[in-house]
Amino acid sequence: MGLKEKIFKKSLWLFHLSAGSCNNCDIEILDCLTPRFDVERFGMKLVGSVRHADVLLITGIVTRKTKPRVLEIYEQAPKPIVVVAVGACPITGGIFAEGYNFAGPLDKVIPVDVYIPGCPPKPEAILAGIVKFLNK
Amino acid sequence: MAKRTIVPIGPYHPLLEEPEFFKLYCDGEIVKEVVWETGYNHRGIEKICESKTFEQVFYVVERVCGICSTSHPFAYANAVESIPGVEIPLRAKYIRSIVGELERVHSHLLWVGLAGHFLGYNTVFMWAWKYREPVLDMFEIITGNRNSYAMFTIGGVRRDIDNDKISQLKKVLDFLKTKLDLLVGAVMDDPVIHARLRGVGVLTAEDIHDFGAVGPTARASGVAIDVRQDDPYAAYDMVDWKVITAPEGDVFAKAEVRLLEMYESIKIMEQCLEGLRKDSSNEIRTKVKEIPAGIGIGHAEAPRGEVFHFVKSDGSNRPVRHKIRAPSFTCIPTFRKSCVGGTIADAAIATAAVDPCYCCTERMAQAYDIHTGRQIFSMKDLIGMSQRKTEELKK
Repeated sequence: MGLKEKIFKKSLWLFHLSAGSCNNCDIEILDCLTPRFDVERFGMKLVGSVRHADVLLITGIVTRKTKPRVLEIYEQAPKPIVVVAVGACPITGGIFAEGYNFAGPLDKVIPVDVYIPGCPPKPEAILAGIVKFLNK
Repeated sequence: MAKRTIVPIGPYHPLLEEPEFFKLYCDGEIVKEVVWETGYNHRGIEKICESKTFEQVFYVVERVCGICSTSHPFAYANAVESIPGVEIPLRAKYIRSIVGELERVHSHLLWVGLAGHFLGYNTVFMWAWKYREPVLDMFEIITGNRNSYAMFTIGGVRRDIDNDKISQLKKVLDFLKTKLDLLVGAVMDDPVIHARLRGVGVLTAEDIHDFGAVGPTARASGVAIDVRQDDPYAAYDMVDWKVITAPEGDVFAKAEVRLLEMYESIKIMEQCLEGLRKDSSNEIRTKVKEIPAGIGIGHAEAPRGEVFHFVKSDGSNRPVRHKIRAPSFTCIPTFRKSCVGGTIADAAIATAAVDPCYCCTERMAQAYDIHTGRQIFSMKDLIGMSQRKTEELKK
């Protein structure tokens, strides 16, 4: 059994952080929890504090105002934590990349493990991304 | 002043989907004042729009907000088309209205679910979101996307709805109606929801006028304003529907207005689909060669209220100025009335009641002196104030 299987053996708890998003990816993440996709059957659930989380889902561009807050939340998280960049915005900046308030792609701010592209990615894609990481 | 406790909420809080910061000044359990801080979500969209061509701006404004991602292109289309005065084909009018109303249904279902979640009714949350899925499937069939539909373009729409899709959509609407009955029954007849929502977060008609609130927030206080009726655009003057209002102004009235509005939306969509079926032409787009110099103003009724877009063109292929005002911009300040005087426990639902969308609201705003017309509280003014204070301390 590898280190990853040992650490993430139990059900994953997710913390959702919207850095500066347009709500699209956020509602698709919430959609994963509702009856059609229902990730709670795998024991995954959204938790209120990053201190309880195994997975940190980040949506939206990192704006100049949220950058220090994203860093702070990452520092508060128990390590190891899987950082998932959901959507085009945290990966490259997407359509907002040329905006004056864009503070750089997420992987320049904190280390990112999983990239899920799409604007917004479908709930299936979000689930597939996390499953792919666990099976890698 | 009496001693007050400050309850901070946010910017990253399990209650909030978006980064937002609230300070509740409380005396005991009673909220005395609400202060909020925005700007976390500011992405500089208006500036980005100035670097895009008129056609490309549609896909930028769509991403102002992911939930009401048709209302912004709708208002923008109305604004741009008003510069050359383009008349769009009948078919495009119907399709635009269908997409707009389908979005209203999905957005209101989303709100009902979230409101249920805030009240501790997770069953309502799961129900509402379950029945939202067929709506999103319909979006996928009609436009190709679940969210951010990329349906609008200057002079019309990008995709047609053929007869096959019309019958599929009709089936979904019939299914939705039965499920809406269930949802309305679950919310309206529940004594606990009555006890929790009646008399909470009351806004009177005067408050609505004072704050300039729009949309379901205003209609739940008996103010019958609706852009679709007051200044009809697209196909709204060709169909039969009515503006839903409720006189009470509390959170329950807002829930009632939203639930009943969904029936009206379905009614509009059914008539538009019938219109599409009768219309034999295949024209969905008027070709617009160029946008002349001028000023375009357009508005549309988003699920949350009036969206306003201002576009200035200098005759080139890009807007020189693009200004957006989203409905939440005027609805969010009503918190100062609806939360104050209530308990901390009621503050959550009183703020959620206006369906605030912070990513819509994150626009630049400037203050102007009403008498001189001079811009006040600019960076220079603030630095000046700071320096003057230091000077005074030195004395």
